[in-house]
Amino acid sequence: MRAVREALAGFRRTPLLCALSIGAVGLSLVILGLFGLVAHNVGGAIGDVERRVEVVGYLLDDAGPEQVRAARRELEALPAVESVRYVSKDEALERARRDLVEFSDVYGELRVNPLPASFHLRLREGFRTPETVSETAGTLAAYPFIEEARFGDEWVERLFALRSAAAAVALALGGGFALVAVLLIVTTVRMAVLARGEEIEIMQIVGAREGYIQRPFLLEGALTGLAGGLLALGVTRLAYVFFPARFAAVESLVWLPHPWTAAGVAAAAALGLLAAAFSVHREVGRAYGPS
Amino acid sequence: MISLRDVSKAYPRSGDALSGVSFRLRKGEFAFLTGPSGAGKSTVLELIHFQTRPTEGEVQVSRYNSRRVRRRDIPALRRRVGFVFQDFKLLERLTAAENVAFALEVIGTPRREIAGRVQRLLSQVGLAARARSRPSELSGGERQRVAVARALATEPRILLADEPTGNLDPDAAGGVFELFRMLNRLGTAVLMATHDADFVCRHAEIRQLELEDGRLVRDSAA
Repeated sequence: MRAVREALAGFRRTPLLCALSIGAVGLSLVILGLFGLVAHNVGGAIGDVERRVEVVGYLLDDAGPEQVRAARRELEALPAVESVRYVSKDEALERARRDLVEFSDVYGELRVNPLPASFHLRLREGFRTPETVSETAGTLAAYPFIEEARFGDEWVERLFALRSAAAAVALALGGGFALVAVLLIVTTVRMAVLARGEEIEIMQIVGAREGYIQRPFLLEGALTGLAGGLLALGVTRLAYVFFPARFAAVESLVWLPHPWTAAGVAAAAALGLLAAAFSVHREVGRAYGPS
Repeated sequence: MISLRDVSKAYPRSGDALSGVSFRLRKGEFAFLTGPSGAGKSTVLELIHFQTRPTEGEVQVSRYNSRRVRRRDIPALRRRVGFVFQDFKLLERLTAAENVAFALEVIGTPRREIAGRVQRLLSQVGLAARARSRPSELSGGERQRVAVARALATEPRILLADEPTGNLDPDAAGGVFELFRMLNRLGTAVLMATHDADFVCRHAEIRQLELEDGRLVRDSAA
């Protein structure tokens, strides 16, 4: 209770400093929030494309129906495979007529269907790596009645590289801005500790426990982080609401999932606590000597 | 009660502050720690208060030993050892009573007991009438009395005083010293650092530990 009282008193004593630090922490977290929003949407777009990754195996015309059924069962049992779709020769021709309108005359006059039947394999999330896609294509190609297996290897590799690059950039920028927020909170709490240096010295002299002295500062750090996190969330939400209206290209922007926003605000409070712990341990702890 | 055995203290920048200092202070004893400025008097007091640790040797205060003391035990030790400074170290924004209450709060005294104990402590140092005055409204001697009252809040068995009369006129200094004598008669051991040779000479009956360049050069009880 005293820690809460003292932490709030800390805000009252230096309102400008506290407002500035909450603003500064909030600003660095806004950048993180906006970046998270973009990353989430880019990730979603990449995920959409990834879901379309297919391994296609073209069957020889002499493949028997029993062989096809058995192969389908085996392929469906593979851990990486999400679904197997079989497209018969007739369906392939039907689709060609429908999709390739400019060749409709050619397909219309055919006496023999030249198109092969095919298997279309979709992979589960987490298995859409170039290696797994290639491995699955190899398994498919190993059947004697499969003439050819295709998966657009170059395209899959590029997609995977793009996702890895996006993740690396997210990690680096996210880490960078989180570090900026931590440094700001460290500085704020340190200034608060220094501003109350006289009081702290007296507490240490008369025999206050370390935790007694540190708790209000830790709470102040956590509250600064929390307030900065909430501010950042509010500003990010405003940006989400107002920006897309001006740019047709980003009309379909998706808001961050609730667990993300909750985790973000909680992480901001935790960062504040950690930053305060670092700062206060340095400033207060030394009067108690080595552990 | 207090024992220093071959204590040396060196600081990285300023070098040796103490070299091979040994002495004991018994329960209820009164002693002056004398010597010129820079002789090491404050370092001795800081070592006894465990604000710093010896580079060599050991300091024993009650059951706490500088070699073995755990960080979490230090607050308990400091509650047994009151400390009074030359510059009082009072919080200017608080009244005399609030300064004393602050110490009581810090050590976890129940709220309902604080007011009564503050009044008793201020009466003990003769300042009950100035309870509501801020330090800036008090004389030097009165401020030091508030500092003593605050040091007594934890009911210490030992009182360390670092030049407590250094900023006071002779009358006020005499008054504060008499307060220490009174506390000592009630059983508190007192170790008072001072560089005022005349003051020490006037109280020749009191044990004198004399430091010079970080060495103990005379112990009048030896």
